[in-house]
Amino acid sequence: MPTVVLAGDAARALAGGAAELTVAATSFRRLVTELDARFPGLGRLVDEGMAVAIDGVIFQDAYAVPLTEASEIVLIPKIAGG
Amino acid sequence: MSKLHVSTTINGEPAEFLCEPQQTLLDVLRDELGLTGTKEGCGSGDCGACSVILDDRVVCSCLVLAAEAEGARITTVEGLAKGDTLHVLQRQFLEHAALQCGFCTPGLLVAAKALLDRNPDPTETEVRYGLAGNLCRCTGYDKIIRAVLDAAAEMRGESVA
Amino acid sequence: MTYMGGKSDLRVVGTRPVRPDGVDKVTGRANFGADLRLPGMLEGRIKRSPYAHARILRIDTTRAAALKGVLAVVTSADFPEIPYEEAISGDGFVNYRYVSGNMLARGKVLYDGHAVAAVAATSAAIAEEALDLIEIDYDVLPHVIDVEAAMAPDAPLLHDDLFTAGLTPPPTAPSNISKRIAFNIGDVATGFAEAEVMVEGRYTTQAVHQGYIEPHACVATWGADGQSTIFSSSQGAFMVRSLTAKLMGLDIANIRAVPAEIGGGFGGKTTIYLEPVALALSRKAGRPVRIVMSREEVFRASGPTSGGVVAVKLGAKRDGTLTAAQVTVTLQAGAFPGSPLGPACMCALAMYDIKNVAITGYDVVSNRPKVAAYRAPGAPIGSFGAESAMDELARKLGMDPIALRQKNAAREGTRTAYGVTHHDIGFEQTLAAAKAHPHYSAPLGVNQGRGVACGFWFNIGGESAAAVHINEDGTASVVSPNPDIGGSRASLAMMAAEVLGLPYEKVRPIVADTASIPVSGMTGGSRVTFAIGTCVVAASEKVVEQLKQRAAMIWDIPPDAVEWKDGQAVPAGPNAGGFDPLPLAAIAAKSARTGGPIGAEVTANVQGAGASFAVHICDLEVDRETGRVTVLRYTALQDVGRAIHPSYVEGQLQGGVAQGLGWALNEEYVYSAEGRLENPGFLDYRMPVASDLPMIATVLVEVPNPRAPFGLRGVAEVPIVPPTAAVANAVRSAIGLRMADLPISPPKLLAALDVAAA
Repeated sequence: MPTVVLAGDAARALAGGAAELTVAATSFRRLVTELDARFPGLGRLVDEGMAVAIDGVIFQDAYAVPLTEASEIVLIPKIAGG
Repeated sequence: MSKLHVSTTINGEPAEFLCEPQQTLLDVLRDELGLTGTKEGCGSGDCGACSVILDDRVVCSCLVLAAEAEGARITTVEGLAKGDTLHVLQRQFLEHAALQCGFCTPGLLVAAKALLDRNPDPTETEVRYGLAGNLCRCTGYDKIIRAVLDAAAEMRGESVA
Repeated sequence: MTYMGGKSDLRVVGTRPVRPDGVDKVTGRANFGADLRLPGMLEGRIKRSPYAHARILRIDTTRAAALKGVLAVVTSADFPEIPYEEAISGDGFVNYRYVSGNMLARGKVLYDGHAVAAVAATSAAIAEEALDLIEIDYDVLPHVIDVEAAMAPDAPLLHDDLFTAGLTPPPTAPSNISKRIAFNIGDVATGFAEAEVMVEGRYTTQAVHQGYIEPHACVATWGADGQSTIFSSSQGAFMVRSLTAKLMGLDIANIRAVPAEIGGGFGGKTTIYLEPVALALSRKAGRPVRIVMSREEVFRASGPTSGGVVAVKLGAKRDGTLTAAQVTVTLQAGAFPGSPLGPACMCALAMYDIKNVAITGYDVVSNRPKVAAYRAPGAPIGSFGAESAMDELARKLGMDPIALRQKNAAREGTRTAYGVTHHDIGFEQTLAAAKAHPHYSAPLGVNQGRGVACGFWFNIGGESAAAVHINEDGTASVVSPNPDIGGSRASLAMMAAEVLGLPYEKVRPIVADTASIPVSGMTGGSRVTFAIGTCVVAASEKVVEQLKQRAAMIWDIPPDAVEWKDGQAVPAGPNAGGFDPLPLAAIAAKSARTGGPIGAEVTANVQGAGASFAVHICDLEVDRETGRVTVLRYTALQDVGRAIHPSYVEGQLQGGVAQGLGWALNEEYVYSAEGRLENPGFLDYRMPVASDLPMIATVLVEVPNPRAPFGLRGVAEVPIVPPTAAVANAVRSAIGLRMADLPISPPKLLAALDVAAA
C-alpha cells in the first residue's frame, strides 16, 4: 500500500498529527476519497488546496494520476504563479 | 465653454481638431484623431510612454495642452514608417527583440529618433541618459540600447555586425 | 550570450526570428486595453476612499445620477453578496468574496483608494465631476499599516469574521493574522546541536508594485439579449470571464472575453478590478463603457506584492555542510487575506540539501491594498532573507559563497523541506557555470563589491488548449488562448513550424477569445511556452498524422507506408512505391477530396513542469557621500531547459533582474501617519531607468526537462528571485555593512554609514 507524506502543519493537523499515512488508494481521486473517509475535512483540503508530487514530479488538479506501491508521494500546497 | 479649433501638422499631414482648453495633446491624439499608438502610462510626465516630437523636441504629450499644437509639427510613432517600409529604428528593435509587451515601445522609438536626430553617434552612456525619460519594465533596457546603437550605426552608413 | 548543453538538428527551435506581432507593436497598430473605440462608448470613473479604515454609513448617488451626461452609477449594492459556502473557487486559488469586496467596498473601506462607487458618463470630464457629487458618510476607524503592528493583540481589526487558520485549537476571537503555515523535515533542535557555526538574521522588505507601464483598462458591452463582451488587458481572458460571471451572478456562456494586447502584468493582472464594474455600468446605461485606471489608481488600489519580515537561523559544520535551517516568514496580505506565503516558505531553501528544516509563515492583513501576484510570488522575499544569511555564513566560515552553495546544492534525488524530491534539475551545472564565468574573477576597486545569490521557482503547467489548422494553401494557423506578455506567440509558432516541417513564416499564431477555444489557465507561472506549447506540439503531431493519412489516400497506399519529413510526405521505403515527396501545400489543396479540413485541437491539464534554478553575480559601487549604489556589472545564469527563442528567454532574465534591482535599491510604498499612500506615481515610486543599469549578461544553461517538448522549462519568474540578496551581499562586500532592510536606498545607506562611523 502506498505511503503518502503530508507536507505542512495544516494537513497534518487534520490527520491527527501524522506526517505520513499508509493508504490503499491507487489514484489521486481515490486518495481524496479515502483521506476524507478517514479524516473528515482532510479530503476536501487536499482536493481544493493541495498538489501531489509523485517521485518529485508535481501534479496539480490531476485525479487520474496513478499512485503505485513504489512511488514516493508527497502532498504539498498548490502553486500559482505571477 | 466652447471648444477650441486647432490646425496643426501630424506626421507630415495637415490635421485639425476641436478640443476643450484643458485637454492634453495625448488625449486628442488618441481620442479625437484615432492615433492610439501613443500611450498613457502615468499622465504626469514620468514614464515617457506618451512621447511625441513637437517641433524637433521630444515632449511628453500628457504635459502638452492640445491647444499648444496650433501651427506645430508633430511626429508620433505612426509617422516613423514610410508606407510599409519600417524606419531603421523599428527594424532594429525587431531584430534585437528590444520589446516584450510593446507598450513602452512607441514612446521609446520616438525618443530614440529624437536622440539620434540630435546626436547621430552617441555612446552607450549617452543613449542610456538620452532615453532615461522612457520607462520600460519588461526588458531591463539591454536589448533596447543595443538596438538604438546599431540603428545609429546603420543610419551613419556603417555596417552592423 | 553563452549556451551550454548539446546542440541538435532542430531547424526552427533555438533560432531568433522576428516575432509575428512585432510590426504591429513598433508601428503603434497593436490594440491594448485602452485603444479600442466603440460607437456610443461611455467613460467610467471610480470613487475611492480617502481613508485607510472606515465604516461606510451612507452612500447617496442621487445628485451624481442626475448630472447631465451621467448614464449609470453603481455601488456594491449592484452586485450579489457571495455566500460563504460559495466563496472559494474550484481550483482553490480565489476567494470570490475577497475579490468582490476589493472591487467595490461592502460595509467598510479597508485602505486609502478602496473603490466605493463608479459612474459612466459621456465624457471623462463629466464622469469626474459626477464623482464629486456622490455623497459618502464615513465613520473613520483606527488603522494599522505595519504587519507586525497588525499582529499585536490590540491592533485595529479589519475583519470580524477572520480567524487565524492553522492554529490548534482553532481560535475563537478574530484576528488580523489570517493563517499560520509550517513545514518541517527532520528535527532542527538536533540539527542546531550538531552545528559548529551558526548565523542568525532578521530581514525586512517593503511592498513593491509590479510596475507595468500599462494601467488596467477594459471596455465592456452589455448586449440587449444579455450577451456581453469584455475587451481587456489581462493575463487571462478566461480568468476575466469566470471572475466577472461569478461576481455578477451570470452564466459564463453569456460573456465573451476578448484579450487585448497587454502592456505588462508580471502577476498583477492575474485578477480583476474593473471588468464587472464596467459591465454593470454598461447594463444600466445601455451603452459600452470603458474604464481605465490612472497611474495613481494603479498604485493606490491594485495589488502590489507583500512586504515582509524574514527571520533566518542557519547551522553548519566547519566544512560548510548545513545541518539545520529555521525560517519564519511574516507577509503583508493587504486588506484581504492572500499573501504568497506558501511559495515564500517553500522556495527560500529549496535549492539546498538540508536534513533538518523548520519553516513557519504568517499571513497578516492590514489597511493597505490587497496584494496580487508578482513574478515568482513570495520567493524573492523568502530568498532575500535566506540568501543574505547564506552570505553571512560563507563569511563566517571563510568560504567562497559559490563553494558554500555547491557544498549544499540540491541535486538529483534531494528532498526539499516541503517534501518534494528534485529530479532532472540543473542547479549544479548553473553553479559551476557561475564559478567559471570571467565575471566571477574580474578585479574590483575601492568601494566596489561583489554579491552572489541563488533562486528557485517551481513553474507550473495547468489547464491548457491549442489548435493547429492547415489552410488551403498549406500555411498553418496556431490558435492559442493565452495573452502574449513576452513573446510566447513566437515560440508557439516556432514549435508548430518545427513539428510540421514548415518555415516559420508560414505558421501564423493568434491569441483567441474565450468563445473560440477551450478554457485555459492564465499567462503566468512561467507556464505558457511549456503548457500551451505542449498542446501546440501535440496538436501539430496530430495534424502530421492526418497529413500522412491524406497522402496515403492520394497515393492509394496504406497509411503506415507514409513518413513525414521536412514538411513533406514521403513513402516509407522503396516497397511503398516510387512516389515523389508530397509537400504540405499539395496535400492541403486536396483536403476536401481526402476527408475534409485538416486540423486538430488539443486540451490537457499539463503536468510535469520543470523547476528553474538561477545563480546571479552582481558587482556594484557605493558612493559613500551620497549613498548611491551603482550597479557596474550583472550576470544572470539560469537553467532554462531548452531556449525555444533565445532572445525572448534572455529578455525574461534581463527583465526579472531589472525588477529585482529596483526592489533592492529604490522601490517601496511610503505611507503617511493617516495611512495614505504618499508616492502613488512614477516620480517617487522609483523604478530603474536606462541610465541606472548596465548591460545585463545572461548565460542560458540547458539541462533538459524530459517531460517537456524540446526539453524546455518555464523561465520567466525565477530571474526576479536572486537580485535583492545579490545586491545586499555586494553592498556587504563593498563597504562591510549588512543591509538587512530593503530597499537599500541612499538615505538608509547614509544612515548606516553614519552609525558605523560613530
